[in-house]
Amino acid sequence: MGASGGWRGASALRRLRPAGLAGFKRPLSTGERIPRICIVGSGPAGFYTAQHLLKHHKLARVDVYEKLPVPFGLVRFGVAPDHPEVKNVINTFTQTAQSDRCFYYGNVAVGKDVTVEELQQAYHAVVLSYGAEDNRILGIPGENLSGVYSARALVGWYNGLPENRDLKPDLSSKTALVLGQGNVALDVARILLTPLDLLQKTDITEGSLAAIASSKVKRVWLVGRRGPLQVAFTIKELREMVNLPGARPILDPADFTGLRDAIKDVPRPRKRLTELMIKTALEKPGEKEAKIWASATREWGLKFLRSPLEILPTADGKRARGIRMAVTRLEGSGESATAVPTGEVEELECGLILSSIGYRSLPLGPSVPFDPKHGIIPNHLGRVQGVPGLYCSGWVKRGPTGVIITTMNDSFDTAQSVLEDLQAGMLNVSNTKEGFESVRSILHSRGVHPVSFSDWEKIDAAEVARGRLAGKPREKIVDPQEMLQLIDH
Amino acid sequence: MAASMAGGGAGVARCLLRGASRGLQLAPARGFCVAGPSGSQAQEEEPCPAEPVGAMVNVVFIDRSGHRIPVQGRVGDNVLHLAQRHGIELEGACEASLACSTCHVYVKEAFVDKLPIPDEREEDMLDMAPLLQENSRLGCQIILTPELEGAEFTLPKITRNFYVDGHVPKPH
Repeated sequence: MGASGGWRGASALRRLRPAGLAGFKRPLSTGERIPRICIVGSGPAGFYTAQHLLKHHKLARVDVYEKLPVPFGLVRFGVAPDHPEVKNVINTFTQTAQSDRCFYYGNVAVGKDVTVEELQQAYHAVVLSYGAEDNRILGIPGENLSGVYSARALVGWYNGLPENRDLKPDLSSKTALVLGQGNVALDVARILLTPLDLLQKTDITEGSLAAIASSKVKRVWLVGRRGPLQVAFTIKELREMVNLPGARPILDPADFTGLRDAIKDVPRPRKRLTELMIKTALEKPGEKEAKIWASATREWGLKFLRSPLEILPTADGKRARGIRMAVTRLEGSGESATAVPTGEVEELECGLILSSIGYRSLPLGPSVPFDPKHGIIPNHLGRVQGVPGLYCSGWVKRGPTGVIITTMNDSFDTAQSVLEDLQAGMLNVSNTKEGFESVRSILHSRGVHPVSFSDWEKIDAAEVARGRLAGKPREKIVDPQEMLQLIDH
Repeated sequence: MAASMAGGGAGVARCLLRGASRGLQLAPARGFCVAGPSGSQAQEEEPCPAEPVGAMVNVVFIDRSGHRIPVQGRVGDNVLHLAQRHGIELEGACEASLACSTCHVYVKEAFVDKLPIPDEREEDMLDMAPLLQENSRLGCQIILTPELEGAEFTLPKITRNFYVDGHVPKPH
């Protein structure tokens, strides 16, 4: 017995094991119908839902529709350019897209080019995975002044999201202020403060790189209504800030004194995160940090217990010059603590204000239930309430929070609901559906030309080739028309 | 030993041929393969090619439905890729670059101390793993050693029970 014996054993085992988590692989009979399933949105939720369906149903065909010509949603347009490792997941999604039972149709806006009802006519099941394409607004005076942007728009701008390509943010202010203390807030702060020689090796767009090259921003405040125990960012992102070359943290020791006692019994992630803040704020820095901080030309800081009241305009009333904030105090403790105003008010000079208080899903049309309060499609385990055959996964299902593993698990769950409904006969597969064949004629009649996955691979190759010339992993094409021209659409 | 070397070598050769014909990019130095954007690997994971040629180590995976799956790995094998070679449903979204926690496993208590202490970056990613326990590790950071003979790696029962367990994903 050697390796070969072991290998034989292993492969026999692999063959014998049921393919599915719940053994969904059924014996193939000649009369078995092919379930036709479509997914709306090609981000992580869409692709992880497709992956699970294809893996655990041996016949199902899955079509993925995407509004933009190019796939992968927030992996391409949300993940920070200096986090290329996170984008490795594109390889997994690409394998899914290249399955002979999976088809990608980009450049098709569901709700506009084809309705959800039309998709339901064409497919046995429709999964909505279109994410959260809007952001929550502050709802305070001055929000529309020049110099005030949503962090979401800034992220879209530096990541080449077509709708944000003309943002042209005003980066002439020395001080920037981010309202919000989540990972998106840390992402935008980090991108604004990262040395140019590091940024130019990423897939950040050339237009935004040029703008950041002449940025005057030297200090970024991250402001939260609550305290250090309620921050929403995670430890990896905080550690990146602490170790950011050329930048030093400005943390008020008073915010962290006595906090050690408060975290004795909190869950490990919150504990480690808080310990890192305490260490950074109160302890003598290690050799590495001390060196970075001593020579730093830029700085970032956390401000707690401040709630925005008004963006203050310049004398000509055209742009932001600062912000007025209510000082708050906490009622209650832990995750559920709420901030209430003390009556005290504080003003801070800053010409760049980024609101990073959360993304928001939008309703897709009158036939799809939507809960405006929570910004989600009401559902039970991914089954849209009151609409058999309609499902949802990802942010539109549970709200715009969490990291890739959260969306992965929740998409697998939704796919599992679809598989269970197929198994239970709740989706009438005996009624043959044409899938894309019938959608094709609808799109054709409306002058819509879908982009295939091989079309995307041409765009991808062109972007990588352009990037190579600039010493970057890719140079994203930011104009959809240019993408379409490249593939002769 | 000679037999195992030959077997491993043949496996690598076969896979190189298969990889070449499909345009896959192999990364034999890291002991696993990555299907790049040009790859056309089928949906089902196939045994991952670049198999280490060290001595054998018997381990057991316990999948999310509680099934025990005994597997023969080799010294130097990475547990994520070992699982994937054997069709076990362990995802590696970031491809072992410590940027996600999709390959989170529980290590049988008796073997926890036989592993090197996790790197700070691994600890940081573990903090993002749902249903974190004392014996949690990232599969991609566990490299098989002779001491791991008999080790068991349990996949957390995350899907479906995820929310009813009372776990609430934190906003970011």
